[in-house]
Amino acid sequence: MEPLLDFSVISDNFTYFMIGRFPHGPLGGVGLTLYLAVVSCILSFFGGLLLALLSISRFSIVRYPALAFINLVRGMPLLMVIFWMYFLMPALLGKVAENTTVIMALTLFTSAYMSRIVIAGIEGIPKGQTEAAVSTGLTSWQVMLYIILPQGLRNMIPSFVNQFVSLIKDTSLAFIVGVSELTHVATQINNRTMAFPTEIFIFIAVVYFILCYAFTTLSRWLEGRLTWSKAM
Amino acid sequence: MLTYTFDWSIITSGKYFEWLLSGLIVTLKLSALSIVLAFILGLLIAVMRMSHNRVVRWIAHAYLEFFRNTPLLVQIFFWYFGSYKILPSVVNDWLNTNGFEFAAAATALTIYTSAFIAEDIRSGVLSIPKEQMEAARSAGFSYLRSMQYIILPQAVRITIPPLINQFLNLAKNSSLAMTIGVMEMTYQARQVESYTFKGFEAFTAATMVYLVLSIVITVLVNMYNEKVLNLHKAA
Repeated sequence: MEPLLDFSVISDNFTYFMIGRFPHGPLGGVGLTLYLAVVSCILSFFGGLLLALLSISRFSIVRYPALAFINLVRGMPLLMVIFWMYFLMPALLGKVAENTTVIMALTLFTSAYMSRIVIAGIEGIPKGQTEAAVSTGLTSWQVMLYIILPQGLRNMIPSFVNQFVSLIKDTSLAFIVGVSELTHVATQINNRTMAFPTEIFIFIAVVYFILCYAFTTLSRWLEGRLTWSKAM
Repeated sequence: MLTYTFDWSIITSGKYFEWLLSGLIVTLKLSALSIVLAFILGLLIAVMRMSHNRVVRWIAHAYLEFFRNTPLLVQIFFWYFGSYKILPSVVNDWLNTNGFEFAAAATALTIYTSAFIAEDIRSGVLSIPKEQMEAARSAGFSYLRSMQYIILPQAVRITIPPLINQFLNLAKNSSLAMTIGVMEMTYQARQVESYTFKGFEAFTAATMVYLVLSIVITVLVNMYNEKVLNLHKAA
């Protein structure tokens, strides 16, 4: 009797799964997945910071649009955000590469979630700190920049890492607009070989699991360390 | 560049309105079915996770970590394309004649969401003082019966707001079912766009539906938090 599962399809296409056609063509597979996640993560860190600062502003003319935007994005499925970008960006900017579209969509989506983390981090700093800083003569911007954010951001690090894990998972949706990241590569190989869908999808699930679990563990470790250093 | 003419009438009546409406109904059906199943499965995993038997606990832990750290899309693809090799042929035959797309999407959504629900339930249970369990055990209840009659009824009450939020996540996540051809909300919006080239209107309609859903759910959670949980504290 033949074995139920035959994983030779994985070893035959291993390089393609990992880096796509690189270096003879564009980066793909796991490499592109990580690239999309890292770039979107960095951009959405700044996006989230900006949205958070706007949404706690004293001026309602800034605060309300920021809050509306955050809630709008958080109320939408990521797939919908990707379709919006896929459809709007060419209309507004002309021809845009698929990778850019996906990075923009992921950034927009994740910024809204990041802003909530940043707000929670800022609110977690005792009010006495602000009062003490103001009474030493710092302006409100200086208080935020030199006193609140450095402490707040440090506490947010574990949540940022968790958000990065979500991003790794979310990059799989780039498949839908034809970006050749891991999931897209898997469907491609599946379409070509026809007979091994079970093996292929188990394999990429395990790859995603290893990537995400590594970072989840890192986030728990960091959380433990932060609590420890605070207790000292 | 800005020569686009809006035509809202196509999505407010007629054929395309019916498409979007049928999409909404499929989204709600898929989400409602999956949330009920995910709750039952999540409850089971949460109880297993807190079991005294180390093997049972480990299985539940592995389940949680695996399904929470894998993209939902990959899970949907696995159930849709890859499950036939590991399922018995009777099940495959039944699925092939009874709408495999919907079943695969519901399975993936159920399993994915159950892992998150199990953690919500577990943190609800952990918030119940330990003495309750000790009192129940010393009154002669077995571990499972103490869970059933004493701990879970209280824990579920605390867990309801995060559970409602999980339903919202599930409704949004169900949009991924379009990738395997389930004709839900996002699928129909895409469909209207390809037939009419009125993508702006179609996507706006779908976005509004998701937004209304999320606003309604947020309001419900806030009401529950204020009315039920505060009432509970005061009593």
